[in-house]
Amino acid sequence: MGKFSPNLSTLYQMSEEHVIIIGNGISGITLARHVRKLSSKRITVVSNESNHFFSRTALMYIYMGHMKFEHTKPYEDWFWDKNKIELVNGKVIAVNTNHKCVILENSDELKYDKLVIATGSKPNKFGWPGENLKGVQGLYHLQDLESLEKTAQNNEVCKRAVIIGGGLIGIELAEMLTSRNIPVTFLVRETSFWNHVLPLQESEMLNNHIANNNIDLRLGANLKEIKGGENGSVKSIVIKETDEEIPCNLVGLTAGVSPNVAFIESTDIETNKGVLVSRFLETNIPDVFAIGDCAELRNSKEGRSNIEAMWHTGRIMGETLAQTICGQKVEYEPGHWFNSAKFLKIEYQTYGWVSAVPIGTHQHFQWKNPNEDKCITLEYNKDTLEFIGINTFGIRMRHDIFDTWLTEKRDVNYVIHNLPKANFDPEFYQRYENDILAKYNKQLSTLNT
Amino acid sequence: MKDSTEISLSLARPDGTLSSKLKVALTLGCVGLLLLVLALFNIGLSSQGGLLIVAISLISIGVFLYANGLYINKQDGIKNNGVWFKSISSRGTIGWVTGVVLTTFYVVLYFYPKLLGLGIDGQPNSGLVALFDPLSSLLNGNDASQWFVYGTLYTLAILLFGYKFILKYRGNRYQQFRTFSVMLFQLGFAFLIPEFMARLNSNSFTIPSYDLKNMWPLSYDYFDQYSVDEFIQAGNIGLALLIFGVLSIFVISPILTYKYGKRWYCSWVCGCGGLAETAGDSFRQLSSKKLSSWKVERWLVHIVLVFSILMTTAVVGTYLGDDATAYWLTRKVFLIFVAAVLTLVFTLTMVFKRQELGKDARYGAIGFFVVILSLFALYTFGGSSDLLFISSGTLRSAYGFYIGSIFSGVIGTGFYPILGNRVWCRYGCPMAAVLGFQQRLFSKFRITTNGGQCISCGNCSTYCEMGIDVRAYAQKGENIVRSSCVGCGVCAAVCPRGVLKLENGSLEGRINSRDILLGNNMDVTKFAENKSE
Ligand SMILES: Cc1cc2nc3c(=O)[nH]c(=O)nc-3n(C[C@H](O)[C@H](O)[C@H](O)COP(=O)(O)OP(=O)(O)OC[C@H]3O[C@@H](n4cnc5c(N)ncnc54)[C@H](O)[C@@H]3O)c2cc1C
Ligand code: SF4
Repeated sequence: MGKFSPNLSTLYQMSEEHVIIIGNGISGITLARHVRKLSSKRITVVSNESNHFFSRTALMYIYMGHMKFEHTKPYEDWFWDKNKIELVNGKVIAVNTNHKCVILENSDELKYDKLVIATGSKPNKFGWPGENLKGVQGLYHLQDLESLEKTAQNNEVCKRAVIIGGGLIGIELAEMLTSRNIPVTFLVRETSFWNHVLPLQESEMLNNHIANNNIDLRLGANLKEIKGGENGSVKSIVIKETDEEIPCNLVGLTAGVSPNVAFIESTDIETNKGVLVSRFLETNIPDVFAIGDCAELRNSKEGRSNIEAMWHTGRIMGETLAQTICGQKVEYEPGHWFNSAKFLKIEYQTYGWVSAVPIGTHQHFQWKNPNEDKCITLEYNKDTLEFIGINTFGIRMRHDIFDTWLTEKRDVNYVIHNLPKANFDPEFYQRYENDILAKYNKQLSTLNT
Repeated sequence: MKDSTEISLSLARPDGTLSSKLKVALTLGCVGLLLLVLALFNIGLSSQGGLLIVAISLISIGVFLYANGLYINKQDGIKNNGVWFKSISSRGTIGWVTGVVLTTFYVVLYFYPKLLGLGIDGQPNSGLVALFDPLSSLLNGNDASQWFVYGTLYTLAILLFGYKFILKYRGNRYQQFRTFSVMLFQLGFAFLIPEFMARLNSNSFTIPSYDLKNMWPLSYDYFDQYSVDEFIQAGNIGLALLIFGVLSIFVISPILTYKYGKRWYCSWVCGCGGLAETAGDSFRQLSSKKLSSWKVERWLVHIVLVFSILMTTAVVGTYLGDDATAYWLTRKVFLIFVAAVLTLVFTLTMVFKRQELGKDARYGAIGFFVVILSLFALYTFGGSSDLLFISSGTLRSAYGFYIGSIFSGVIGTGFYPILGNRVWCRYGCPMAAVLGFQQRLFSKFRITTNGGQCISCGNCSTYCEMGIDVRAYAQKGENIVRSSCVGCGVCAAVCPRGVLKLENGSLEGRINSRDILLGNNMDVTKFAENKSE
């Protein structure tokens, strides 16, 4: 008889829906945690990267020796068992939406009731000659860090590294390599660092800061080709504009990321760059959803992009979809934009929207400390004075205060006068609000006369 | 099941070679230490004063140059590169050797001071202790004791490594100010002033040499008979000091803790904290962040607190009389008074803070009743000074041995390179338990989390010396209100996204658990609050 009388807990689990999540990054894991909070559904998370969720954003700190891999895991290993979240280490190679199952590389099949694709991104490659040589790599997965450990263990193995692409990951890679005294050449396509996102004042401050950290920053420089040596390893790169050849042992490709959805393309789940989803994060196939870096909204909220490869976006999508999966259908509704980053030593936070160059009725108010790497830019509407957003470098500010001000549609006057309330720097730090206010008043009076 | 990558990544070692500047500095410091070791074997003692000056100068110059070599030409910012690659700071061979050496030193210091050269029974000092005789007589007029040697080296360590810390945290005034503060308190209050006080003593006037910032229950001998006698014999000044001591723990400290959290003591004033924050700074990342460690911590530290309260009560009981006509404060009055105060605290907590305590309330209740029962036993059966048939003298010496020496000294400091720099503060200090209790329930202090900005990187948790999993709160957008937090502020410093801020705010909304972080405006009308985590 025994064989036919499953114990109670299996029975119970069998009667529950099975939610399969592909990807154990922030989006997949947030979803799993919230589904668990809201229900007793069976949850399985599949990933081929690591057994347990770790923080991708902390990869750089492992290489720099600030942390070990274990420190980047936000939950202890017993957490998953305790919360009945099943973890499968494997790679999904196909999805059969008719039979509602996913197929793993080792040919295991897992049946789902609800499927969530949360497979994140992969580093961009643009078909550069030599981009598949040994020693050419991106920085995204844990495995990238492992190969970096080999190629760039120290400055004897790696005499020089060249980084292609001046974004947030590029600057992190530059900082990492510099921490091991590896000389870095940093090719940036733009004429000033990140100037398609940042106003000139800030972008130029970063140019200087990068150069001051002994990084050979090449602005307005594109990659022409990567040359290989005899054993298939990279030997040098050539810059398109000048034909200059730079010998190197490592080439870091950090020219952006794109959704990691290759294995979906053979299925009837619709994709463009990413997996196409509605505002409810549903794909074209019932019971199949996508969240995080790999999801592409068919029509995003005004002012937001369809793909946002960001930690917070993944988290918010996970929180949202958990509601829908647990029976309360809600729309993905991100609040006011916010983000933060660190450029070597300079911290950056942003709340609301600040464009590189204000257009239409929008205008910038800017302040910069003459001696230190600290500056802010406020964007506002010059007709209504409505506050649109703020970039702050070297001064920490409060998320909740700005979120409230944006919701209340405060004007720029109010924001400047109440800036002390938003300060989030540690105690005893020098304060700059008076200085900022003085500059603002001065600018105002010159405007009025 | 280990993650495979965990193993391969931990194998990586970048070249660990030191620059020549650092090598010179290290050599100088080691030669200085070597001179002290030689003195231990009575080598080179012919000119004590000279040798001491040379040894201390070499050590100081060594640390000074080393700190400069590390940090002086660097920009502001976090300097944790390679922490987990260095043997000393990642429980490598050098770390373990240092741990063993330190532990041995403490065992000798506490239990075999003769080995350090302490002259017993009127014999003159020799060895290391004798080396410090000239300095001791300069300061207090007497020959050195092993405690003088220890005190000097301790103060030196706080000053030198404090300098290093201040350089390391250039650009962070909170870190600099509090380090400067512990350096000052150690040098002035713990080291110089007590020595000078001892110097004031004459036949007609004695004053106990006394560190004003010391407080019961950390200074567990504060209310010992000999200590109280000393105060009382010193006349008005002594009495004032005694009253100050009582006020510090019962009035001044609660007020300061209410306003600023326990950090005002633990990371601005305290000598144990001072050493941990300066000389121990390189080891902060070694503290365990496991939930299981937290459980151990809470049991241990509160058991020590209960032990110290009972011990002190019993000890004070021994020298209070039974005759109410002789002096109003009899043993029984005292016991009733202690029981009443504890009951008051317990009742108020249960009435007003039960919700906040949650499950802990049960443990608190158990602890409280153990204490009350013991006091009751002391009251009824204690014609002598027994507490359940154990004499208060035995209690007192057991406390001094196990807690005062083994826990706070040998383990607390000797194990820095193994268990992190706040082992004592976290698992053993009764003072930390008292202040922490208040910080958790009745203080304006908290670490505020900045909305939804956390990226779960883990720097904050890794560098928390008290083993608090700061990230667990930050990634939920929840403020950190923990009894163990000493407010060192390093989590806020190392956070790369500006997520944490130590502040004193209103009690309202101090604890702000939320399930959906800031940045998500989804419309959930009936969001179920079901915490299974
Ligand atoms: C170095 C670095 C620094 C960053 N810093 C920041 C920052 O400061 N702030 C910020 O907002 N964002 C940052 N980001 C971006 C942020 O990390 C990503 O947006 C976020 O991790 C995406 O989460 P996700 O859950 O969508 O996907 P991922 O974290 O990529 O998780 C997807 C998982 O799915 C697995 N997977 C993919 N395909 C399959 C398959 N077929 N079968 C099984 N498993 C599969 C992947 O291996 C991966 O483990 C950073 C990214 C990097 C690389
Ligand atoms: S609070 Fe800061 S340091 Fe801590 S995990 Fe979050 S981002 Fe990292």
